[in-house]
Amino acid sequence: MSDTLATATLVTGDRVTPGPRRRRQPYLIHAILIVGAIIMVFPFFWQLMTSFKTLAGATAVPPQVLPNPWDFSNYARAFEAMPFGQMFLNSAIITVCRTIAQVILCTMAGYAFARIPFRGRGFVFVLFLSVLMVPGQLFLLPQYEIIQSLGLLDSLPGIIIPGMFAAFGTFLMRQFFLGLPVELEEAARIDGANQWQIFQKVMLPLAKPGIIALAVFTSLNSWNDLLWPLVVTSTSENMPLSVGLATLKGMNFTDIPVLMAGSVLATIPMVIVFIVLQKQFIQGIAFTGGKG
Amino acid sequence: MTGISFAGRGSAQPGAAPPGLRRDRGRAPGQSGWWALLFVGPVGIGLAVFYLWPIVRTAWMSLTETGPFGGSSFTGLSNYEKLFSNPDLPQALLNTLIYTLIALLVIPIAMVIAALLNTAGLKGRGIYRTLYFLPVVTMAAAVAAVWKVIYNGDYGVLNQLLGFFGIAGTSWLTNPATALGAIAAVGIWSGIGTTLVIFLAALQGVPGHLYEAAQLDGAGPVRRFVSVTVPMISPSVFFVAVTTVIGAFQAFDLIYVMVAKTSPAMPHVKTIVYLFYEAGFIDHNPGLAAAIAFVLLLIILVVTVLQFGMQRKWVHYE
Repeated sequence: MSDTLATATLVTGDRVTPGPRRRRQPYLIHAILIVGAIIMVFPFFWQLMTSFKTLAGATAVPPQVLPNPWDFSNYARAFEAMPFGQMFLNSAIITVCRTIAQVILCTMAGYAFARIPFRGRGFVFVLFLSVLMVPGQLFLLPQYEIIQSLGLLDSLPGIIIPGMFAAFGTFLMRQFFLGLPVELEEAARIDGANQWQIFQKVMLPLAKPGIIALAVFTSLNSWNDLLWPLVVTSTSENMPLSVGLATLKGMNFTDIPVLMAGSVLATIPMVIVFIVLQKQFIQGIAFTGGKG
Repeated sequence: MTGISFAGRGSAQPGAAPPGLRRDRGRAPGQSGWWALLFVGPVGIGLAVFYLWPIVRTAWMSLTETGPFGGSSFTGLSNYEKLFSNPDLPQALLNTLIYTLIALLVIPIAMVIAALLNTAGLKGRGIYRTLYFLPVVTMAAAVAAVWKVIYNGDYGVLNQLLGFFGIAGTSWLTNPATALGAIAAVGIWSGIGTTLVIFLAALQGVPGHLYEAAQLDGAGPVRRFVSVTVPMISPSVFFVAVTTVIGAFQAFDLIYVMVAKTSPAMPHVKTIVYLFYEAGFIDHNPGLAAAIAFVLLLIILVVTVLQFGMQRKWVHYE
């Protein structure tokens, strides 16, 4: 550890050495970063390889690196072991609905908290903030009761509804709108635009980076969410992928390659979205701090 | 940092009437009131129903007991008494604390990687960042499945790798001594990308002339890291420390999916939230679960306040 630390400082020192000469690549630093990158990626590699092994191959001692023989039936069998397509669709619906709802609702509320003076605004905002401070488990039992009394247990709307509203999203968007210049709004107001027009035509386009950050954050959390859908759903047709995979393991499902195939399929969509929208993802996470 | 501050600028209300005075409608403030209702209303109702009311309701639940047929009766603090005499509680608190302390290792590790990535002229920075960030976008349930295979005592590849170095492995997730650490390591692995991105953003803001000045003063690399880099990004470190601790105190997903209910390691990995889940949704004892949730809230509040109190000692704001 102390070695790495010393290198880390070499780095920061390196930064200041000015020089017209071409910089040589710092091989030691690359070596450390590559070892780290291997640790980060290895589980994905292992997951993928195991998903093509036979059960005997997956549990062989010593472990097989490459499948021997290759077994391509695990993916088909993942669809037999659980209603995989349906769960996949459920996860997608939940993610899309929550994200759209939060983007619309939180953006509107965030704008009002930043720019529309109204009575009790400070008080209401503090109430919203108090929700941020409280661990999620505190909401869980009453949310369950409410969803139960609405007859929505074990249904997609039941999973979606509480996640449509977010204090964090409202807070995030408020902070974002506070950072935008007031002049444009005033100009639009003088031109006779009403509050909604100002919001929609003037402010919304400016808020795009904030909205993307919120959308990234919300979709990631919805896709990966476990505890709430776990307690709300009971039949596999209504489960999102996260719960489906978790319950498979709960049942001591021992067909490892099939489980890996399922995990690979659950991992791929977000990884693809991430690779395509990398810049937005990383900015979004840096902007939101990642954890809410 | 993240561009978010808790400055309560929203609390200033220009032109708000003093309480008790009627506001005239139709005039500007009244009209903006209607607009505000339109804009805030939808989220306001949702938050009130699904988040604010539940806080009150959970508080009430923690003071009641649910009978076998659903009715509940007020029992005062008996749930809390039961909780504090529950032998599982001290162990769960200890487990949560250990988990949190291990989870905090993400800070030094991410700091070193961020400093390495920040090397001037380093090629492939974007690729490294992508690879380190990859686990952030994958769900715990999927990640846990493969780590279980890797950690397995019989056919796990980790033990095989350790064998090359002459280290005897164990059955990481079923051995009570190693299970919690093994799970926390996965937690670090899956969360390091987030921390890294935050630190990298902070490092961009450290002006190069500070390093030059330090170097002119004869500061070596270690000294520059400790005296320039660390204090300059300390607000981000503080932010990460606060959010990591809050997150770690609520650890559940990885534990739920990585350790079987009947595993001998279970008592040694059960966290506070796991106790909550068991009480509320397995044992159907909402009163006890509500009491656990409140104790958790209290712990998180105390720890966060302590962290804010201590920040003066080590966080450097410009």
